[in-house]
Amino acid sequence: MGDAEPLVRWDWIGRNWPSIQTLLVDHVIMALVPVLLGLIIALPLGLASVRWRLLYQPTVSLMNVVYSLPSLAVFIVLIPLTGLAERATVIIPLTFYSLAVLIPAVVDGLGSVPDHVSQSAVAMGFGPMRRLLQVDLPIAVPVVLAGLRVATVSSISLVSVGALIGRGGLGYLFIDGWQRQFYTPIVVGIVLVVALAVLADGLLVLAQRLLTPWARARRTA
Amino acid sequence: MITFEGVTKRYGDGTVAVDNLNLQVPTGAITVFVGPSGCGKTTSLRMINRMIDATEGRILLDDQDVRKIDPPTLRRGIGYVIQQSGLFPHRKIVDNVATVPYLLGWDKKKARDRAMELLERVGLDLKMADRYPFQLSGGQQQRVGVARALAADPPVLLMDEPFSAVDPVVRTSLQDELLRLQAELQKTIVFVTHDIDEAIKLGDTVAVFRVGGHLAQVADPSTLLAEPADDFVEGFLGRDRGIRRLSFVSAGDLAVRSEAVVPGWSVALDEDNRPLGWRPDGDGAGLQPFGTVDLKKDSLRAALDAALLAPSGCPIAVDGDGRFAGVVTREALDEALTRATRGPSDG
Ligand SMILES: Nc1ncnc2c1ncn2[C@@H]1O[C@H](COP(=O)(O)OP(=O)(O)OP(=O)(O)O)[C@@H](O)[C@H]1O
Ligand SMILES: [Mg+2]
Repeated sequence: MGDAEPLVRWDWIGRNWPSIQTLLVDHVIMALVPVLLGLIIALPLGLASVRWRLLYQPTVSLMNVVYSLPSLAVFIVLIPLTGLAERATVIIPLTFYSLAVLIPAVVDGLGSVPDHVSQSAVAMGFGPMRRLLQVDLPIAVPVVLAGLRVATVSSISLVSVGALIGRGGLGYLFIDGWQRQFYTPIVVGIVLVVALAVLADGLLVLAQRLLTPWARARRTA
Repeated sequence: MITFEGVTKRYGDGTVAVDNLNLQVPTGAITVFVGPSGCGKTTSLRMINRMIDATEGRILLDDQDVRKIDPPTLRRGIGYVIQQSGLFPHRKIVDNVATVPYLLGWDKKKARDRAMELLERVGLDLKMADRYPFQLSGGQQQRVGVARALAADPPVLLMDEPFSAVDPVVRTSLQDELLRLQAELQKTIVFVTHDIDEAIKLGDTVAVFRVGGHLAQVADPSTLLAEPADDFVEGFLGRDRGIRRLSFVSAGDLAVRSEAVVPGWSVALDEDNRPLGWRPDGDGAGLQPFGTVDLKKDSLRAALDAALLAPSGCPIAVDGDGRFAGVVTREALDEALTRATRGPSDG
């Protein structure tokens, strides 16, 4: 290879660490806020879809159409409304992507409550609200958390695309490296994005273990 | 007392599941609803706690129309046990059992203490209290289901095929357990099953349904076996109706001879006076198998079984401690069997 550019220049990382950190924080915010918003919106929508079955198919179809839109196109459409290089321009479309995963997760989660369990809840004298909060939702948690893992990991990877409109967190490092034919930022970007995804996923698995110890062996049983 | 007055249930699709049911379920006793699949047993049961509302007629719970009681309040006073346990998978066993006490607003400590007491009552190891339902066997889950239904001490218990999904050995022990509990608690129990043997074993009263929710016969088990109302009931009772009926005839009237010998055989006893076997006259052969009957407790069916077990053909009568009390001769047994099958229905 001779004097070819090495894959990683450690000194560059050292010198640019503060700005890498800023990008990292920005990335985390832009990835997680949509998932959080998605969850907050998906819960009532999912509940409504279970309550009024007719709503479910149209909701899911609409979300699938949204999911199929190229993210870059959506970013560009939003620029006139929310501004170039603004967090909101990235957060809004990513919220819709999260919804596309989380609404079915909430619906499936509530559907995972065995019929004999809800029947016996009714027979013991649970009212509708109490049954939802104390029986249906807790039992839906494992399925919702599984959806949350998918939504979180894809959100973390999708944020990078925002770099093309000037706000992509760690994605900036890819553009920077590409333009300068300089590998180090690209490698740093990839490593950090993957590490972030693995970390977030691991934390969710841990949360699942702690929140739903009763579900652990059910899958193997 | 639960009273069905002209109760009809017509489902949305026009199916008439129950048609003009008139029935009284006595307080403090087990009433079994039995009948073929689809005959409306579950529908009838669920109309009591308003999981299903009757289309016509009314159901009275101690003279109060159940329709006039707000469903959650009504249901918290009626225990409910189903085939698939219906336990909450996300709650520990102790909290599952404490469900209704929690709903009634008992404080947590009191509710849990009560739950532990009930787990013990239904014969579960207290180690199970902190487990989740998936960590229990099917039979254990059904015991928890029974404990949960009893937690707030409701006067009425509805049980829909609670023991149908467990193996026969476990089923028998669950049935015995229920009878033991019922002797202590004297609840008003409505028990649904499609198994006539279970109905006869558990029921103080058995209501035989035919398809369409029509009552074919309501009677105590002995009367049902002795005098089935029609061909449908007779067919449903099955072929060994005669033998099973003997279960309801006490062995107490059997004539007993105090000598430990019958022609060709003598009873060998240990130093405690407990039977060891039948010794054939003459020498050589060893002790032969025997069967015993406790005249105070056992039925004529047990006596017949004891006779069939022994090569001498005679049951050995024993007292409550298993000590020798005499021998029942073949003639005495025959006479009792004849009396039982010919005589008027006996309770
Ligand atoms: N929700 C429903 N809608 C329409 N028909 C129903 C409904 N539930 C039950 N049925 C019908 O009503 C009849 C009585 O049903 P039910 O469940 O009471 O029977 P069952 O005696 O409990 O039977 P099994 O022993 O199989 O449990 C059946 O013909 C059944 O198909
Ligand atoms: Mg049924």
